[in-house]
Amino acid sequence: MADTASADERITTQSFTTRLMKRPELGAIGGVVLVTLFFLVTASPAMFTFAGIMNFLTPAAQLGILGIAAAMLMIGGEFDLSIGSMVAFAGMIFGVLVVNMGLPLIFAIPLTMGFAAVVGAVNGAIVLRTGLPSFIVTLAFLFILRGASLVGLKLFTNGSTQLRGVREAVAGDWLTPVFSGDAFGPLFRWMADQGWIASLNSGAPSVPGIPVEILWFLAIAAAATFVLLRMPAGNWIFATGGDRNAASNSGVPVRRVKISLFMLTACAAALVAIITVIDTGSTDARRGFMKEFEAIIAAVIGGCLLTGGYGSAIGAFFGAIIFGMVTIGLTYTGFDQDWFQVFLGAMLLLAVVFNNAIRKRVTGER
Amino acid sequence: MSDPIIHMQGIKKHFGNVIALNGVTFDVRPGECHCLLGDNGAGKSTFIKTMSGVHKPTEGTITFEGRPMQFSSPRDAMEAGIATVFQDLAMIPLMSVTRNFFMGREPTKGRFLKRFDLDTANRITMEKMRAMGINLRAPDQAVGTLSGGERQTVAIARAVHFGAKVLILDEPTSALGVRQTSNVLATIARVRNQGVGVVFISHNVRHALAVGDRFTVLNRGQTLGTAERGQIDAAELQDLMAGGQELATLEGSLGGTV
Repeated sequence: MADTASADERITTQSFTTRLMKRPELGAIGGVVLVTLFFLVTASPAMFTFAGIMNFLTPAAQLGILGIAAAMLMIGGEFDLSIGSMVAFAGMIFGVLVVNMGLPLIFAIPLTMGFAAVVGAVNGAIVLRTGLPSFIVTLAFLFILRGASLVGLKLFTNGSTQLRGVREAVAGDWLTPVFSGDAFGPLFRWMADQGWIASLNSGAPSVPGIPVEILWFLAIAAAATFVLLRMPAGNWIFATGGDRNAASNSGVPVRRVKISLFMLTACAAALVAIITVIDTGSTDARRGFMKEFEAIIAAVIGGCLLTGGYGSAIGAFFGAIIFGMVTIGLTYTGFDQDWFQVFLGAMLLLAVVFNNAIRKRVTGER
Repeated sequence: MSDPIIHMQGIKKHFGNVIALNGVTFDVRPGECHCLLGDNGAGKSTFIKTMSGVHKPTEGTITFEGRPMQFSSPRDAMEAGIATVFQDLAMIPLMSVTRNFFMGREPTKGRFLKRFDLDTANRITMEKMRAMGINLRAPDQAVGTLSGGERQTVAIARAVHFGAKVLILDEPTSALGVRQTSNVLATIARVRNQGVGVVFISHNVRHALAVGDRFTVLNRGQTLGTAERGQIDAAELQDLMAGGQELATLEGSLGGTV
């Protein structure tokens, strides 16, 4: 029996650093600090101006939306390699609905999301029904969806793999500003007039506003963190990924959790598709290429264990920011931009080694 | 002596042509620890799975609180108040004690958005664990950092907190060291004193004798009768478990210390 007197003493022995070490996102935050220091030294100061920050946060946001969903799925113990192809597939569906069928966004967006959710649910159902690793099942869908996007696009455009005219089709739709362009335009204009932020020669602010995908990114990171840490569903996700049998024996609806998570990653891919398609005005079959790996890398850098049951949405948030900083940051330096992939691989390796050490520490394994 | 909470009469269980249980009679009263002893392959696991709703008996009756009962799933049995702590404990090492304690049954707060009430959960976990004699460093301590005995205690405390009337413990001491075993046995005694009927499955006679009130021996799918505390000693129990034969030769070389 533990003696009563020792209880309080032991609380004090847990230092702030020890507690910090237990947070899964520590590695990613450390990574952001390191990468920032690296670019502060090597890159031109333009990178850390307001415009420069927006510049690297935009790709980070697009990847981050996928990365956070991938992180939640990984915590739940599964992978989804089909999210990159899902971006192309959902982009095609969305393009066809908007351009070919002329639907307003209020219908086109829920329909696109619905399509994606069904594909996600099919992914999940196959994984659960067959008991096969999700890695293989979603790898199959990586090809199926990519191929379906190519075939579908050719079908709807009479032979082209690109569908144009989205921007014209959505122009004037009251929902367009929610998914594209910059938010807080008037505020930025006013701040430029006041001389608080940099402006161009014409008097317009050099940063016209905050790109909406960054706001989506922030909102999704906050919502995912809230669900994971403060909702019963979050506990179920951790439990499902930690030990499926134990969770199921304790009354956690394991199947429902997994299927929902597959639907979530597919919907995140659809959201990225909608944002990027409206932004560029067209959709093509190569959209989202390799994004599944980048999203998983962001999740792993963010502290997710490949075995499931551990990780955080905030970690994936910072993982995606590291990604954006490195991709865009190298253009501000004298380095060859193709170092990017080397850098990425090294980050991934470092993150996995670090996460493994942390897990052993948390579980007291030796 | 009070009436049994659960009474299993003449339970038979066949898997195809394999007869796993061939007439088992067993009951548990509130506030007692009834030990079910048996060697490997005696049918202990099949029996507790029948009791906890995993298997349906091929023959025999189950009476729960005086009424005939048929459990169609482990959920059913759990809701009736039969909690089973299996050897794997249903604990997730990477998750905190609180999160494990309330896994699948999280307390919520908030009217519109049902949030996981972590403050309440933490407080209850600390209280329950203290009542079981374990002082956690913090409720967010990962279960992986606890010892085997402490994990067992968390699992028992969890079952009792969620209203177990019958607590089935599947070899709770089999993987533990001496000190941890004595802790778990003390926990069992504590739970029993709260009025819970404990079914203690073991093949270790000494552990059973330390906390048991009654002893039933299972051999080759059959019960060989139930003995009260004090009516039977370790040697007799061991003989019954082994079917009364092979052990006679072993006894000499091991000095009766199996």
